[in-house]
Amino acid sequence: MRHEQIETNSALMLLLILVVISIGGLVEIVPLFYINETVEKVDGVRPYTPLELRGRDIYIREGCYLCHSQQIRPFRDEWLRYGHYSLAAESQYDHPFQWGSKRTGPDLARVGGKYSNQWHVQHLTSPRSVVPQSIMPNYPWLLATDLDTSDVADRMRALRATGVPYSVTQQEYDANVKKFGKVVADQLDITQATDNLLKQARDQNFDGIPSRVTEMEALVAYLQMLGTLVDFTKYDEGYFTTFR
Amino acid sequence: MAQSSALPAEQYNYDIVRKFTIMAMVWAVVGMSVGVYIACELAWPFLNFDIAALTFGRLRPVHTTLVIFGFGGSALFATSYYIVQRTSQARLAFPWVAEFTFWGWSGGVALGAITYMLGLSQGREYAEFEWPLDIAITLVWVSYFAVYVETLRRRSQPHIYVANWFFLAFIVAVALLHIFNNLAVPVSLTKSYSLFAGVQDAMTQWWYGHNAVGFFLTAAFLGMMYYFVPKQAGRPVYSYRLSIIHFWALIFLYMWAGGHHLHWTSLPDWVSTLAATFSILLLMPSWGGMINGIMTLSGAWDKLRSDPIMLFLITSLSFYGMSTFEGPLMSLKSVNALSHYTDWTIGHVHSGALGWVALVSFGSFYHLIPRLYDTKMYSQALIYVHFWLATIGIVLYITALWVAGIGQGLMLRSFDDYGNLAYTFIETVEFMHTPYIWRALGGAFFVSGVLVMVYNMVMTVRAARYEQAAVEAKLTAKLAKA
Repeated sequence: MRHEQIETNSALMLLLILVVISIGGLVEIVPLFYINETVEKVDGVRPYTPLELRGRDIYIREGCYLCHSQQIRPFRDEWLRYGHYSLAAESQYDHPFQWGSKRTGPDLARVGGKYSNQWHVQHLTSPRSVVPQSIMPNYPWLLATDLDTSDVADRMRALRATGVPYSVTQQEYDANVKKFGKVVADQLDITQATDNLLKQARDQNFDGIPSRVTEMEALVAYLQMLGTLVDFTKYDEGYFTTFR
Repeated sequence: MAQSSALPAEQYNYDIVRKFTIMAMVWAVVGMSVGVYIACELAWPFLNFDIAALTFGRLRPVHTTLVIFGFGGSALFATSYYIVQRTSQARLAFPWVAEFTFWGWSGGVALGAITYMLGLSQGREYAEFEWPLDIAITLVWVSYFAVYVETLRRRSQPHIYVANWFFLAFIVAVALLHIFNNLAVPVSLTKSYSLFAGVQDAMTQWWYGHNAVGFFLTAAFLGMMYYFVPKQAGRPVYSYRLSIIHFWALIFLYMWAGGHHLHWTSLPDWVSTLAATFSILLLMPSWGGMINGIMTLSGAWDKLRSDPIMLFLITSLSFYGMSTFEGPLMSLKSVNALSHYTDWTIGHVHSGALGWVALVSFGSFYHLIPRLYDTKMYSQALIYVHFWLATIGIVLYITALWVAGIGQGLMLRSFDDYGNLAYTFIETVEFMHTPYIWRALGGAFFVSGVLVMVYNMVMTVRAARYEQAAVEAKLTAKLAKA
């Protein structure tokens, strides 16, 4: 075909453009949904509890992902600084993913458990009071604002529609008990969402204020579980490389 | 905008082009000023002022959205509406639909910026708009497609001029990217969760993210280049054959390259290797475009001495060549291991966005504005002033971020004699303080250049109104005498 035929026919040109630009995405993205080795088989990864989920929403609202990655690469310096490299399995329930693209601050993929709750509250309220050279903004409103818990069940329902195994029916609940155990399955029960949220806040009191459930509570709950779900001592180092 | 008496305005719809040109400059001033502000926040964090709407995390999407979609998008609407009419020798189809694209696009961008400051965001880079705005943008885009293609169909030339190929590819590709990347399940009007998760979501997002660069900020601006460079140079495009080859190669290869944003992550190696391979191949069609543009001036190089608009256009192509060399370099896994997550990436983006996208737009606007208002630019000297402010700004900016990015990358991976990490993370933050100040200064230079251009533009339009009033007065006087 001579190019003259294409450039004198707008419909033909449009069609060819559509074909040419579709190939790359089809070859690179579609198989990721079908190749089984894309996501590692690993125990421990579960969807977020209602409180953690609300914390994650706040993480997204404040644009934390623009300065903090959640994706550790398989290098020695990152291993020493942050821990085991991130697995695809660890973000399998992340809608949207929050791997990030820039480290103006450190990676947070395994920040869970590294610092105390009190440290996080102090650091988020006034970062330079604990790390003088920090350039992070202060987030004083997190502690001052009560968490909106009214629509947490709606949020879980929307996530359920995307495929996250939050349960509504008894059948789904039973499946979750089988897959994650009873303690986790209870947390994934949408009908108990608000109660579960309040209970976790009361029991663990992330923000240090027993009488209130603040936005800080949710955000710290989220940060404190990041990267803690997989027990890496249970796996050989060679195991994960078979998936790459 | 009640300028309708000039002769070309009857043949072509210049009103919509004027609107988008003015709006592009408004977004340039606002969006780039926000950029300078958040650059200062990184150097002096007190500037966050404990006000949620002003924190870096909320303002950064405001900056990227206003510059890419506000400034870049409006510049593309303006020039593509102008080019498709001129090269088709047909008046713009569906004037009311075109009018809707203006109000829809400007309103969408403005609402986007406001909603980000309120904390409404999808949490996807360069696609932070929540779902109702995504739907509104889709409607605007479909309207744009309809206006553009119908105008092309009404062309009085058998051939579709090369600039339009690039605009067509841009319109189709952006529609595809926008729709698939924004698939989401809404919770309420202001909150949604993306349909995909984890690794698949990451790949979809960077397929979108990289091609936002490839089609929005590259292919479409090449369309702009293919009209305004030959026009301003007064010579035909250097090679017709080269334009065919590099057009098809460029749009094919770009779509494969997104995975290089995810090197060494949980993305499977086969995807990231493929993406790196195609990123390196991409050097060829990119430089094909650069060569075709620069060589168009061959035999008329003296224009670089006498014509500041040519200076803008040729310098933009040089920055295009440089950043499309730097891009494939950074897509190599070994280089990326150092550059990823650092400011080197931010510097790279700005050598493309300021050096290529903004300079080619400014050059094109300086060519366009006198024709839209049937007059001359108010001041040639101020165009030179703008050029040097912009160029110095870009060089300061990218050099500062080479230092910050490569410096941080090297510090993070260095070990002491005992095999321990040589630096803590916060020591790298301290190190970046000085380059961050230089970067903000570079940005300030660039914005002051834009302000000079705005002044020059305002004075040009005012003079045009005055000239026109004088002509009309003369005419009435003559008629009265007769």
